[in-house]
Amino acid sequence: MGTTTAKRIDIASEEVAGLAPRQTPLDRIQRQLHAHPALGPLIVLVTTCIVFGLLNPRFVAAQNISLMLQQVAVVAALGVAQTLIILTAGIDLSIGYAMILALLVMAQAAANNEVAGLIALLLGLAVGVGSGVVNGTLVTRLRVPPFIATLGTLFVFQSAGLLYAKGQTTQATEMPHLLNWTGDPVTIGPLNLINGVLVALGLYLVVHYILTQTQWGRHVYAVGDDVEAARLAGIRTNRVLFSVYVFAGLIVGVAAWISIGYAGAADPNNAVDANLQSITAVVIGGTSLFGGRGGVIGTLFGALIVVAFTSGLTLANVNNLYQPIAQGVLVIAAVAIDQWIRRVKR
Amino acid sequence: MKTFGHVVGLAGVDLVLDHGEVLGIIGDNGAGKSTLIKCLTGALEPDSGEILLEGDRVWFTSPIDSRRAGIETVYQTLALAPALDVASNMFLGREVRTHGPLGLLLRKLDKRGMRRSARAELDKLGITTLQDITQRLETLSGGQRQAVAVARAATFGTKVIILDEPTASLGVRESQQVLDLIRRLRRQGTPVILISHNMPHMFEVADRIHIQRLGRCAGVVSPATTTMEEAVAIMTGAKQLQDRRG
Repeated sequence: MGTTTAKRIDIASEEVAGLAPRQTPLDRIQRQLHAHPALGPLIVLVTTCIVFGLLNPRFVAAQNISLMLQQVAVVAALGVAQTLIILTAGIDLSIGYAMILALLVMAQAAANNEVAGLIALLLGLAVGVGSGVVNGTLVTRLRVPPFIATLGTLFVFQSAGLLYAKGQTTQATEMPHLLNWTGDPVTIGPLNLINGVLVALGLYLVVHYILTQTQWGRHVYAVGDDVEAARLAGIRTNRVLFSVYVFAGLIVGVAAWISIGYAGAADPNNAVDANLQSITAVVIGGTSLFGGRGGVIGTLFGALIVVAFTSGLTLANVNNLYQPIAQGVLVIAAVAIDQWIRRVKR
Repeated sequence: MKTFGHVVGLAGVDLVLDHGEVLGIIGDNGAGKSTLIKCLTGALEPDSGEILLEGDRVWFTSPIDSRRAGIETVYQTLALAPALDVASNMFLGREVRTHGPLGLLLRKLDKRGMRRSARAELDKLGITTLQDITQRLETLSGGQRQAVAVARAATFGTKVIILDEPTASLGVRESQQVLDLIRRLRRQGTPVILISHNMPHMFEVADRIHIQRLGRCAGVVSPATTTMEEAVAIMTGAKQLQDRRG
């Protein structure tokens, strides 16, 4: 499909300009990456796996792949929510702490207040949705830039979590089984996973469908692409923006559930790194920080790239302190490449 | 009548548009062209006055209202999403869902149907410069983008199509294509309001030209009986018309 599209573009532009555009192989690569934002991350992921696999065959063993998939589940789930927000040219700095607040409410409601598991789960999801309502209101009603709005709520959610939990950890054994169901082992072929991994993958399938096949999804792209154009085309842009934050909040609630299962506990320190890692995954996954370009599949690859680097460097006996450096380089490289791709020649 | 605080934007303007005609609107900067159009499309609410659409009194409080009534506007900025393809842009904000359970339950878009309709509409308007409707807007030239915006207006603009400076950013050849497009719209019977600073273009396609000056209508002239110099003279106030109805 890709090549025929590119060819047609060439024919059309030749007709209009009346001269044949000279295209170097690099131009062609740039155009392909521009048309398929998930392609770049996929190439990087495959290359990473091959290189680390050659360095240490244990990297590609079923056991290590299972481990990586378990490690990626929480960040991957948050990445879905973060992708939605970044597609609208926003950013959510509070996402990880909203998740921690949600998982603390979930766990403590069930453990200390002895609410039924299902109700505790729904309460946690409601906290996630609530965080989205707060951020969405700040961005659409008070017109606070997303960066500042969510920087503020980051501190609010963080403190609220600590105050609510009083610094206590709730172990999985103290909770109804439903809350910990995401940590139950499940075997698929040679892979030993947990239910949480499947829930996260489910999120990707659902949100990918919504973004690519529904009117709402198309409006999310249109609003992120050019908000004024979308408004003039008759899209209620504020309503779309608000709904993106609320939907992202719901996904944050699901991520909280996955986090309890993965950690086997609910602790104010669950996955504190996941906050910024969700942004890292989205950016490495080829979604543009300027909005309107990208998608969740790229984010899945982005999250896997980060985990693959961490695991691969560990297996290659590289000092752990180098891992953040690798992540930093990856993020900056991804944004620099995005800038280059966006300058595609017409 | 439309005032902004103490500033009078429009002070009593009558505008009549007949079926199948191209009405040009010219005027100096600040003469009230944009205010007039904004009142017609619901972007602004006039303080007094009335709008009759096929004899029925209408009142628009937002651009969405006027669109619903069949009035489509092609803005100077075009209001297209660069990262979406031609078909998606033509149906932006008015996407069509698939029939049956997929559309009802999963709210699935009828992409194939929308592409087919987009293709049909472009063919009907004789737009040959858009070969591939799955091309993203940002890969198109200025003229091609303008064609997409006009085609979108023509698809949904059943009553009136308003074009705001459609040739302002185009080259000679592309401008001619847009003017051809306007003629084709007229042949289809759709009335068009054309706002432009470009006198030669205006005199080429307009049936009547409404000249706006200082918030009022300084006259309505016919390109057949009036020269460009006279029109400019009226526009700048150097000459005044006895019979403003033209």
